[in-house]
Amino acid sequence: MESAKGAASEEVNQSKSVGESLDEQFLNPTPMLDELEKGPWPSFISGFKELAERTEKPMLRGVMDQLEYSYNTRMGYWKGGLVTVDGYGAGVITRYSMIKEKFPEAAEFHTMRIQPAPGLHYNTKMMRELCDIWEKYGSGLIALHGQTGDIMLQGIEEKNVQQCFDELNQAGWDLGGAGAGMRTAVSCIGPGRCENACYDNLKVHLKVLKHFVGALHRPEWNYKIKLKFSGCPNDCTNSIMRSDLAVVGTWKDSIQVEEDEVKAWVEERGLDALVNQVINLCPTRAISLNNGEMLIESRDCVRCMHCLNAMPKALSPGKERGISLLMGGKNTLKVGVNMGSLIVPFMKMESDEDIDAFIELIEGVIDWWDDNGLDHERIGETIERVGLKLFLEGIGLQADINMVSRPRDNPYFKAKY
Amino acid sequence: MSTPEKKWKTVESGPHTYEDALHPVVLKNYGKWKYHEIPKPGVLKHVAENGDVIYTVRAGTPRQDTVDMIRRVCDVADKYSDGYFRFTVRNNVEFLTPNEENVELMIRELEAMGLPVGGTGMCISSVSHTQGWLHCDIPATDASGVVKSIMDTVYNDFRGMQMPNKVRLSTSCCSINCGGQADIAVVVKHTRPPRINHDLLPLVCELPKAVARCPVAAIRPTVVNGKRSLMVDEAKCMCCGACFGACPAMEINHPEHSKFAIWVGGKNSNARSKPSTMSIVAHNLPNNPPRWPEVTEVIGKILYAYKEGGQPWERIGEWINRIGWKRFFQETSLTFDEDMIDSYRHARTTFNQSAHVRF
Repeated sequence: MESAKGAASEEVNQSKSVGESLDEQFLNPTPMLDELEKGPWPSFISGFKELAERTEKPMLRGVMDQLEYSYNTRMGYWKGGLVTVDGYGAGVITRYSMIKEKFPEAAEFHTMRIQPAPGLHYNTKMMRELCDIWEKYGSGLIALHGQTGDIMLQGIEEKNVQQCFDELNQAGWDLGGAGAGMRTAVSCIGPGRCENACYDNLKVHLKVLKHFVGALHRPEWNYKIKLKFSGCPNDCTNSIMRSDLAVVGTWKDSIQVEEDEVKAWVEERGLDALVNQVINLCPTRAISLNNGEMLIESRDCVRCMHCLNAMPKALSPGKERGISLLMGGKNTLKVGVNMGSLIVPFMKMESDEDIDAFIELIEGVIDWWDDNGLDHERIGETIERVGLKLFLEGIGLQADINMVSRPRDNPYFKAKY
Repeated sequence: MSTPEKKWKTVESGPHTYEDALHPVVLKNYGKWKYHEIPKPGVLKHVAENGDVIYTVRAGTPRQDTVDMIRRVCDVADKYSDGYFRFTVRNNVEFLTPNEENVELMIRELEAMGLPVGGTGMCISSVSHTQGWLHCDIPATDASGVVKSIMDTVYNDFRGMQMPNKVRLSTSCCSINCGGQADIAVVVKHTRPPRINHDLLPLVCELPKAVARCPVAAIRPTVVNGKRSLMVDEAKCMCCGACFGACPAMEINHPEHSKFAIWVGGKNSNARSKPSTMSIVAHNLPNNPPRWPEVTEVIGKILYAYKEGGQPWERIGEWINRIGWKRFFQETSLTFDEDMIDSYRHARTTFNQSAHVRF
């Protein structure tokens, strides 16, 4: 066990034993933060201290001091600025300490956002390389991952940013998005391990984000655009709420049923479980019992995933697979939380031509939004302001009943006459 | 920043490639998985159409990691999962191996490293959260510390699968709520309008931009000591903090008056009910570092009542839909108050437009 921890932790153990006499510790006392070393959940403070004592990077000490100060005063002390790499206008989140006279070692603490592989897959070679480059130029702190899906390398000074980026870039990494442009995307594990993946979201993610890479590095739209790719309506990337463009795998035909496995499921868990935990929980009452056999009425199924989740061995998505596209998801700022709403009920997403058609659609949507949106207005807000009808006209899509939960309940519109 | 000796020409490559990061068994069965089981908490068993099996061991992480910790994760992956691993969107690390005998060895090693194995099935998974005082430029608190405090109290429910359904948590350091909608969310709620620094404001703020940022048109231009500045109509202001992002001289954060609110019933999945947004069920809780006991206490009350009363597969919002809000407040011993009645856009859609009453 100890050997597996590697050299790094051996050094830590050494530094801990040395640290018994307080004056030899690299870090200053942080009694508030130390409270977060207690308890069973892994402590980020213990991690920071381990790293700081091993590397003795002054920035880490300064940042710990400033964080301890924040815990005492209950205020934050970072301000933004403009640090970037050659040719890019985004990707480095600039942080200067507002109280650098108090904590000069924390004067600069910029973050580099890095785009991981779709599905957040790693091999140890690429991750070790990333860690080595990061320790060489930066603080060694990493957040895995940010809410938009970036690897966040936290803590670098401006003078090291370009060289750090060059080495990362040579190793196959590129900066993530920031500001009013395309943002880093997120995918669930997809066909890599999940039986419910209805399209190759990892491939689509990579291709789409490569296509928009210029808009990601040089933001020039009204505001940000986020894409998330979920393999099925379980929506493990929370795309409907968290992204402007939610690409959710789905299917058109019937759920595939393995009769033997249904029987085995009922034998193991009982008929009550089938009724109470599957049939009664179907949101559209699409499932019934017919002489003890489970029947799914496909016309009533809305592809919610519940029965598939409850009976993973017996049920699987249909064979005619593709995606639903929802648009407009965002969180609370200004107008309140906005769930994305359905714009394209179904699109095939198998061939390269399918992906190209999707990219073309997205380009049209973004062009419309770029022309019609106001400053600092997410696409969902623009659609709400001008109306879904004008949006559909603008991007050339036909109205579809699946876009609404019901037709309008008021007569206040201009009909053709 | 460019140096004269710079030789490397940037490749705008976008996301890192993924095929080289997939375990060979994953690559071989890509898109051909048949079903999965959860043999025990923290372990998944996926079976492919051809009978191939891959085991996943899942463990919680602090999210705010270091190169030291990540290198140890790499050591585990090299030893037990052929050098491959991945992360979930809730900051858990996963190791995929076709060798069943590696599962227990890996669990022991991860737990010995202090990384709890769990986060599967009907459990309380790790918190999706924001940056806070460590790095953000507008935070009222430190989400990482709040999260650590929460996860210490629900540690056993991360490592077990005894909840009615999965519980997703989030924590956010301001009302923008980057942590997201969740079954239970802990989100800062400012209670006091911004304090304006009139000396700084004309130097650092684009006035029309800050005016436009206000969703209730409470910000107006003014002149203070002969300098152009902004004023806030405090009767209109709802303390959202949107202006602070546009104008750092409109300080919304306050050590006493930036409070915590607790929200419940958010759901991102489409399973059964449609995705849903959260409702506020507690507020005015103090921002009390380093352990935020008032916040963890409320979360504990909600989780306890849900664990007791939820039926299989019911998420927290679905449980409340069945038992009603009245019973929710009774069973959690939280108090409904008039500020929890929506007064913003679409408020009417949250009123009870029926004679359905719970006594």
